Amino acid sequence: MTRRQKRLSVIVAGLAFLGAATGLTFYALGQKASYFYMPGDLATATVQPGQRIRLGGLVAKGTIERGQGATVAFSVTDKQKSVKVTYTGILPDLFREEQGVITEGSFGPDGVFVADSVLAKHDERYMPKEVADGLKAKGVWQESKSE
Amino acid sequence: MVETGHFALVLAFALSLVQMLVPLYGARAGNQKMMAVGGPVAVTGFALTALSFAALAIAYASSDFSVASVWENSHSLQPLIYKITGTWGNHEGSMLLWVLILTFFGALVAAFGSNLPATLKANVLAVQGAIGAAFFLFILATSNPFTRLNPAPIEGRDLNPVLQDLGLAIHPPLLYLGYVGFSICFSFSVAALIEGRIDASWARWVRPWTLVAWMFLTGGIAMGSYWAYYELGWGGFWFWDPVENASFMPWLAGTALLHSAIVMEKRSALKIWTLLLAILTFSLSLLGTFLVRSGVLTSVHAFATDPTRGVFILCILTLFIGGSLALFALRASRLTAGGLFHPISREGALVLNNLFLTTATATVLVGTLYPLALEAVTGGKISVGAPFFDLTFGPLMLPLLAIVPFGPLLAWKRGDVFAAAQRLMAAFAAALAAMLVTVLFVDGASVFAALGVGLAVWLVCGALTDLAVKSGFGSVTPAIMLRRFAGLPRSVFGTALAHLGLGLTLLGIVGTLSFGTEKILSMHAGETVELSGNTLRFEGLYPAQGPNYSEDRGRFVVIGADGNAKGEISSAKRFFPVRQTTTTESGIRTVWFSQLYLSLGDEGNDGSVVVRLWWKPLVTLIWGGALVMMAGAAMSLMDRRLRVGAPSRRKKLVPSASLS
Repeated sequence: MTRRQKRLSVIVAGLAFLGAATGLTFYALGQKASYFYMPGDLATATVQPGQRIRLGGLVAKGTIERGQGATVAFSVTDKQKSVKVTYTGILPDLFREEQGVITEGSFGPDGVFVADSVLAKHDERYMPKEVADGLKAKGVWQESKSE
Repeated sequence: MVETGHFALVLAFALSLVQMLVPLYGARAGNQKMMAVGGPVAVTGFALTALSFAALAIAYASSDFSVASVWENSHSLQPLIYKITGTWGNHEGSMLLWVLILTFFGALVAAFGSNLPATLKANVLAVQGAIGAAFFLFILATSNPFTRLNPAPIEGRDLNPVLQDLGLAIHPPLLYLGYVGFSICFSFSVAALIEGRIDASWARWVRPWTLVAWMFLTGGIAMGSYWAYYELGWGGFWFWDPVENASFMPWLAGTALLHSAIVMEKRSALKIWTLLLAILTFSLSLLGTFLVRSGVLTSVHAFATDPTRGVFILCILTLFIGGSLALFALRASRLTAGGLFHPISREGALVLNNLFLTTATATVLVGTLYPLALEAVTGGKISVGAPFFDLTFGPLMLPLLAIVPFGPLLAWKRGDVFAAAQRLMAAFAAALAAMLVTVLFVDGASVFAALGVGLAVWLVCGALTDLAVKSGFGSVTPAIMLRRFAGLPRSVFGTALAHLGLGLTLLGIVGTLSFGTEKILSMHAGETVELSGNTLRFEGLYPAQGPNYSEDRGRFVVIGADGNAKGEISSAKRFFPVRQTTTTESGIRTVWFSQLYLSLGDEGNDGSVVVRLWWKPLVTLIWGGALVMMAGAAMSLMDRRLRVGAPSRRKKLVPSASLS
């Protein structure tokens, strides 16, 4: 095998790998990435029941209901619309009323959002970045001036 | 003391400028004295940075709240160990640790590089100095840890409670030793490009540094994974979080570099590729630093929210990655290509390894950056998590893992796959047996789980086969075999251990993901719960008081088959009043290689408590395997051929590829 052929075979193999990886990546981005919505966005967006999305907002005051065992129901709001969410499991330590959360899951046929994960990751202001940005865009929440 | 530290930091910055300019000019002008400046300056620069770091650590240990960074991230009631580790548990301090380790590696080159050609050493130190100068300037201009507050507050705002753990003492230093360790490979590559000369001995100098960096990065990632596992209370060991990916990408590229450097050293082939890989690996380290430090991500790790920092690091990133790649584009074509080899050969196998690993790195890179790019361009927000990586990274890893045992058994230049396959028959049989046992005897085992177990056993047995074949198993008497075994080069053991560790980690991952069970329930005191053969009785919640927190500790008694208590697990909810934050302390009981993992949830109105319980079979192997991989790297480092300073005491270097 000459140097030329060798180099060619390595390049072809490399391109094949890149091609396969690119195909997989595009497919996975289309299928497996989940989009982020706030409750107010859902009116305009078309979200099918069963489609995985992330739903973010504030935990509406007075809506947390603890049901049977470890199932919890609460509403996520962006102060314009709110969506009822159910979740079975242990809520994060930072979960509380008026707290910004991101829930991930899909809508059931009854319009209730069934979350399989609830994140209350936060920066110094106890607000996930996506939620803070979304609320700012809607003019609901101003950045505090004290920081 | 604080001002001393600040002053030392400014001095270290000035010295890094000297280290960058003088040896570089000396190497161009052929001035021996100017080239010799690099070594002592690098050592002094390290000493000054260490002094600066010590000053900050003392300010933290003595709770000097007149320092802004201490005030923001410490509290007088914290235990001393967390006061000290808090030094790098924040943006400013962790950047200082970053440059401390950078200058440490520079000083190591200066100290152990006595047999490097003078110009190469001068250029390496100059590049190292340039990286140092950029980051010193970054610290001094945007993230000065020594900024004072006047008047000084009486009490600090406490360290993020999640970080108040022993993990913070170990994880960042190990991770940075790995991350930043690749800067040496980068400096060697850029120096080689500046000189326009690269040969096999270059690979011999670079490989030990790659091994050291890779070893620490492996440890750092594994430690971070275990820390997240027990501290966050979710029982997960890997989240595909951008911050984790930031450290995983240099690891993947570094693993590829480790393998291509072998080809370059042994066969002087793949020179240009190895050089490029060294540049890319450190570029990914810089990218990781940018992602974590600029605050573009939302994560517990991203303390920074100030955009000036992000822009500054982005400039550093562009300068170094762009600069080195431009230099590469200009010079690489002039480096002569190396030896020929047949596709079926040790070299061929290592090329395949590199193709897989770099493509896998690319998929992780896309998964990490795509959401950021999309948000910047369209404003749309998506999250890319485990499902994406399972579909892209997974299919690339599986074939790679399947061919790993073949690599070390193939000969250089031209190998024989059938001979290698014949030798691997026993390993293949063992893997097949493991798959059958999994399918037949483990309840609820899926085909994928069985394949995973088989692949892990294949890797472990493949590594052992390599050792057995190389010590002459089956062809010589046991006594001779034992002697040959003891006489095998350390690097052969290194390879076998690293591949074996990979198999163990895979076994741990498959075991936990496929055979793990979990239960969420609300329990009253006195109730019992059963999970995968473990019976637990809830004793109740016991309040307790810590130095800077209060906690409710739930105690559980493990009941054996005979009905007697075998031990206790406890998990706690801790409340830290200063930050108004609650954390969960998980309870873990290790049974052989498996773990019973328990974390507490909310308290109900009727005195019950939500309890989440996991049975995680073989989970400790995930991190145990990483330790074995580290041992493999250490073993390889001890190989005579690679001992730092040992190679080539030759008087004159014979460059095999030259520009002029």
